[in-house]
Amino acid sequence: MHTVVCIKQVPDTTSVRINPETNALIREGVPSIINPHDLHAIEEALRIKERFGGRVSVISMCPSQGEKSLKKAISYGIDEAYLLCDRAFAGADTLATTYVLAQAIKKLDEIEKVKLILCGTQAIDGETGQVGPGLATRLGFSQLTYITNIPDLDIDNQEITVIRKTERAREKLRAPLPALITLRDEANEIRYSSLKDLIRSERYKVIFWPKTVLGIDESQTGFKGSPTKVFKTYVTPARERGEILSSEEGRERKAVAEVIERLITTGFFVKGNDAKSG
Amino acid sequence: MQNQDSTGVLVYLEHNKTELAGVAKELLGVGRILTDKLSTKLAGVLIGNRVESIAHEAIKFGAEIVYMDENEIFENYVNRPYTSAVVSIVKKYKPEIFLVGATTQGRDLAGSVATELKTGLTADCTELDVDPNTRLLYSTRPTFGGNLMATILCETKKPQMATVRPRVLEMPKPDAARKGEILTESYTIKDRDIKVRLLEFIESEGQEGPDLEVANVIVAGGRGLGDPKNFAILKELADALGGELGSSRPPVEAGWIGHANQIGQTGLTVRPRLYIACGISGAIQHTVGMRNSDVIIAINSDPDAPIFNIATYGITGDLTKIVPVMTEEVKKLRLSISKR
Repeated sequence: MHTVVCIKQVPDTTSVRINPETNALIREGVPSIINPHDLHAIEEALRIKERFGGRVSVISMCPSQGEKSLKKAISYGIDEAYLLCDRAFAGADTLATTYVLAQAIKKLDEIEKVKLILCGTQAIDGETGQVGPGLATRLGFSQLTYITNIPDLDIDNQEITVIRKTERAREKLRAPLPALITLRDEANEIRYSSLKDLIRSERYKVIFWPKTVLGIDESQTGFKGSPTKVFKTYVTPARERGEILSSEEGRERKAVAEVIERLITTGFFVKGNDAKSG
Repeated sequence: MQNQDSTGVLVYLEHNKTELAGVAKELLGVGRILTDKLSTKLAGVLIGNRVESIAHEAIKFGAEIVYMDENEIFENYVNRPYTSAVVSIVKKYKPEIFLVGATTQGRDLAGSVATELKTGLTADCTELDVDPNTRLLYSTRPTFGGNLMATILCETKKPQMATVRPRVLEMPKPDAARKGEILTESYTIKDRDIKVRLLEFIESEGQEGPDLEVANVIVAGGRGLGDPKNFAILKELADALGGELGSSRPPVEAGWIGHANQIGQTGLTVRPRLYIACGISGAIQHTVGMRNSDVIIAINSDPDAPIFNIATYGITGDLTKIVPVMTEEVKKLRLSISKR
């Protein structure tokens, strides 16, 4: 059983600040972290390994500083970490990214056939949630997105049963392996690293896979291979501080009434007698 | 796909077997605007089982043509057969723009369709526009935890694809007098389309967990609740407004409320019409998940809490006193949120 986890190294978006004078995003000094959603994919892969044995590899397409996140992944107990790193990959959109990831999966197949790919639902920087579906489609894997748990993995019959949570329903799906799963955060709680794995990660040498190893067709990757291009970016207009009322000395009712009154005046709230329907 | 002769705007008509999804109606609304600017036609693609009434509904909302593929296999959404059917229709009719709702279904489908067509997809847009001369789609989306807006173009491939967040664009008004054409399609199901099987479909009931991603009103609690029992006070207000309970991270970590209620960087991103933050200090880890709510009411005992910086209205004081009064007022006035 070979499971692969795809992770993305992202800037910690909560540390991003706006320069008030230039109104530009300050990216310097922003720490890089493993996309928090991907940690749940790492956790699930480790649980699968604990139950069924096998091998867990982690891959990431990133400049060389992504090594840090891959070492971090090793510290949780992942077996091997591969950094898909090449200047030719820079500026990739979803389509160009899934091409490189798909090539890497094919390469990992040579080590041991990949049966399961786990991803987070989306990354906190790009927030597209499109890499999982794109990769599954390229590889022809069963595509299982927004999964909250994996009640059954039947190795003998090469089948997996999952629960998928949508806006309005839960779906129980059974799919043949190989499969790609994107996991919702609620799927599991992330473990702490063991001392043994922490020590291993300190010493661990991340495996670098450049375009030559992956047999990359450059017209399909990086900026060149990306059909979408950023035309412009601008800082989101800040929300203005609104009206803050005090409810000290038992003035709760007055403060609440004032807020409600304002929202009725602006037409946001409708009184029951005035409205025909919700 | 690289068809210079691609023409028209196509909308994916997501539905729940009986009704067109709200986001599909919103897409028909924006689709109408884009097609008028481009002097072209607005079409919808409808996949399902016995869904003709939905095709008529789409026409009322502005579709001039509906490509409809009905099959028992399409009874419920499953990625593969839906992707195959949609791809075959897109290849046949060659729209220049293809819009899909950014729902779990739409994001699951659009990623696959764009990959099969080897075209560009801009996900989770909040604004769309076209240039009538270049016929390019300008897709604008928030990124970087909502800190930055990016406008994306797809100049070399067709169709130009975008998914659009629900409840961001204006809901058009239906017009029963509108006429449209329904074209029946029949994609031939292949073995590879039916390998993933849906064993069970459990529609969410009230107790099935919160529907925060579609809720109009969210009443959320934070560390400042002080006691897990105080979620009951919040629940009363949420119920009075027909809303859902949310939470920042600390109460979830303390086990006061489930992870499914968590909003913020490591939880859900929500965009209700009204967000009432109770005892939430307003750390950015939380606010990235709710800052795009239409109206934010913050209730906190600390007048310096950063949540007040993004609140539309704030009340400083004891939430255990303020929230019940608000519930009472809402019930007394029978308040509801106006339609957008």
